[in-house]
Amino acid sequence: MVRSTPERKAIRSLVWLLVIIIALIAANGASVLFNNGQWTPKLALDLEGGTQITLSPQLSSGETVTPEQLERAVAIIRQRVDASGVSEAEITTQGNENIVVSIPGEPDEATRERIQSSAKLEFRPVLIADLPSASSVGEDDGTDPSTDPSASPSADPSASPSAEPSVDPSAAPAPSASPTDASDLAWITPELQEQFDAFDCATLAQVGANVAPVDEPLITCEQDGSIKYILGPVEVAGERIGDARAGLISSQTGVTTNEWGVFIEFDADGTAQFRAVTERLITLTGVQNQFAIVLDGAVISAPRTLSAITDGRPQISGNFTEESALTLADQLKFGALPIGFEIQSSENISATLGVSQLQSGIIAGIIGLILVGLYSFLQYRALGGVVLASLVVSAIITYLIITYLSNQQGFRLSLAGVAGLVISIGVIADSFIVYFERIRDELRDGRRVDGAVEAGWKRAWRTILISDMINFIAAIVLFILAVGNVRGFAFTLGITTIVDIIVVALFTHPMMQLLARTQFFGGGHPLSGLDPKALGAVYRGRAQFRAPVGVTSTKVASSSREAQRRQTIAERKAAEAAGEGKDER
Amino acid sequence: MSRLTQFGNDLYTGERSFDFVGRRRTWYVIAAVFVILAIGLTALRGGFVFGIEFRGGSEFRVQSTSVVEQGTAAATALADEAVSAVVPGANPRVSIVGGDSVRVQTEQLTPAQTDDVRAALAEAYGVPVSDVSASFIGASWGADITRQALIALVVFLLLASLVLAIYFRTWKMSVAALIALFHDLVVTAGVYGVFGLEITPAAVIGFLTILGYSLYDTVVVFDKVRENTSEDGVESRRTFAQSVNLAVNQTLVRSINTSIVAVLPTASILLIGSVLLGAGTLRDIALALTVGTIVGTYSSIFLAAPLYVHLRQNEPELKKQGSRPRVARTESGAVR
Repeated sequence: MVRSTPERKAIRSLVWLLVIIIALIAANGASVLFNNGQWTPKLALDLEGGTQITLSPQLSSGETVTPEQLERAVAIIRQRVDASGVSEAEITTQGNENIVVSIPGEPDEATRERIQSSAKLEFRPVLIADLPSASSVGEDDGTDPSTDPSASPSADPSASPSAEPSVDPSAAPAPSASPTDASDLAWITPELQEQFDAFDCATLAQVGANVAPVDEPLITCEQDGSIKYILGPVEVAGERIGDARAGLISSQTGVTTNEWGVFIEFDADGTAQFRAVTERLITLTGVQNQFAIVLDGAVISAPRTLSAITDGRPQISGNFTEESALTLADQLKFGALPIGFEIQSSENISATLGVSQLQSGIIAGIIGLILVGLYSFLQYRALGGVVLASLVVSAIITYLIITYLSNQQGFRLSLAGVAGLVISIGVIADSFIVYFERIRDELRDGRRVDGAVEAGWKRAWRTILISDMINFIAAIVLFILAVGNVRGFAFTLGITTIVDIIVVALFTHPMMQLLARTQFFGGGHPLSGLDPKALGAVYRGRAQFRAPVGVTSTKVASSSREAQRRQTIAERKAAEAAGEGKDER
Repeated sequence: MSRLTQFGNDLYTGERSFDFVGRRRTWYVIAAVFVILAIGLTALRGGFVFGIEFRGGSEFRVQSTSVVEQGTAAATALADEAVSAVVPGANPRVSIVGGDSVRVQTEQLTPAQTDDVRAALAEAYGVPVSDVSASFIGASWGADITRQALIALVVFLLLASLVLAIYFRTWKMSVAALIALFHDLVVTAGVYGVFGLEITPAAVIGFLTILGYSLYDTVVVFDKVRENTSEDGVESRRTFAQSVNLAVNQTLVRSINTSIVAVLPTASILLIGSVLLGAGTLRDIALALTVGTIVGTYSSIFLAAPLYVHLRQNEPELKKQGSRPRVARTESGAVR
């Protein structure tokens, strides 16, 4: 069967649409099969129920939070929330400075506290350093091969000799003696020693942050669990750090070496405090010579003291790589900032409320769809069917895309998103109206239906593209800049705008091309919505019209006689040829 | 065919024509009056009423309580009593939400007070504590949203006007469209201000959506204007103003259909939202949008197009075109 070009094009477009839909179904099917996906979009907190806590940093005036700091804070808060055993918590940043924690259900007071507490940086002297859970080495032999060899050479020689002899004499004779300074081993009471022995570095994360008061010793571990410590009370608080940066260390002659280090600058108080600490530590030996940098209760580094630092500008050297030096500098700087997070809003959303809202949203959507359909039938007769069919196709594609993004990107449908979807019905239907009105304009200009469909499309397509582009810009700007609920709304708005373009180009227009070839539409049946007679005017020239004149039957008859009289040259010749027998001339 | 189709035919051919452009001073005055009313009445009322998200405070919701059936007054008194018992002088704002829920808003409470009030409300209404939800909202939260929304507004306006200027190849359309958009935003916000409706983050979302819609609608009209005026060329028998006016008339049926189709879903959300749920996200978004859609359609036709003519009418090229008598072309023959 030979098909005309528009018809073939139309069928090709429809096939493409089918391919897109099948691909979306397949993508969703794949995530359902392999990635624990679902066939329904995940719901946001306001529909599913749960608690949403917005944290804002407590800053003194003039201070700002950098994106890196915020990221770091999110990572810390995520650790804390995970440690509290809450699964599926969502932690996001909002508006460049806030952090939003969304938790299903209701968090207890302890979790709240933990989320809220600031990342605390402290300098504590090392009293005892040891391999982690030394007692369990025998049992865990096979399971922990990585920590042992790496930890042994560094920690063992220094820790064992200094710790063993010093603990016994001080702990035994003077258990009640109050410690004279932070490095005094008198801090180590038998109970503490017991706790230390029983302490397992693997539980560090569960214990949580900031477990010991500043004026008491702290049992903790290196962040990666490789070394276990007893640390003295806090000697310098993190807030005393003015700046910290990573860089290459210069030798004493001023030549830059290839060794990475971290440079710290203390403020005036910090300089004095740090000077006192280093002056004392330099006289001590073994692990007591070390001071530990503690972030959120875990030791991030425990460098030795090589000299007394009097200018408040210590360098930390060690086996740093560029990356680890930068990380430490960042941790010092970030921990040094007095960023405590304050709970700005905390919202409990019960699921029942969300469900009733969702239901109403869906009811509103269906009613809206029906009303739009009814109005389209009223205005565009049978073409209303095309509008409804296009809307249904849009709905299917939108649903599939949202479900896919929900499975893959963690998108969650919020109430504002549902509103966006319902509202998009109107926006999507609008492109059909633009298109149909253009077709009608072309019909008014005197084109045949199939020509009008093509010409109308060319003009409508431009309009649809530019107006959708405006909508899309709005969606993107809102999504990037706006916060909270606005994002969910902007997201659905953006998706439906794209879907609108796809559906209009790959469904509505091809359908019109095919329908224009049917007798019903192409012939301009009064109910088709494309009745040229109803659309009136006869074309007379560019943008000049006259209404069709009522023509009487006698007039029709006379004009046909006139037409017969005024034969074309060819007709006359044919007639002459036929009447050659009768000789007229 | 419907009457609107016939109407559309007449508008298309120019048989029937509304003088949108010619009587532009009238429309300007109407728009100005609306803007002044919106600002003035809002100011008279003492400014906008901001939702709890902007003021800060605690909010409780008691789910599906049968007490509501005994009457609003009884339910309110009950909540008042419960809250006052815990926090003396709290002066809570109580409202019935939807058919069966009670919303209680108070000033900011401490976590301990919040728990107590929850328990007290649960007891007062005879529901399990889990059916009483508590929210605490810091005052700066709404401010954050507003600040970000304002930044978004400015960025959007810049981007959109740039895109429009490039697409239409004249910055004057951008300016006209933006003035119309500004009018829409002020009048819509004015509806909230004048009627003392609470401005919530959801309402702010609604305002932001108007941005897209209002421009969208103007763009469709302007696209026809561009088409008509560029087709005319210099030898048109119509003046520039007439071309624009014809374009507006020709897209009038579309504008009407579009706004009806856009309003139908938002209005159904508004209706469903208010009847079933009372105040809430859905209703707040829908209210702003319903008003914005109607105002947006009005401004595209009555403001944007006339303003565009206004901005361009003094261009020498167009002045020449406008002053040329209609017969000029026949007289001059085929000069061009």
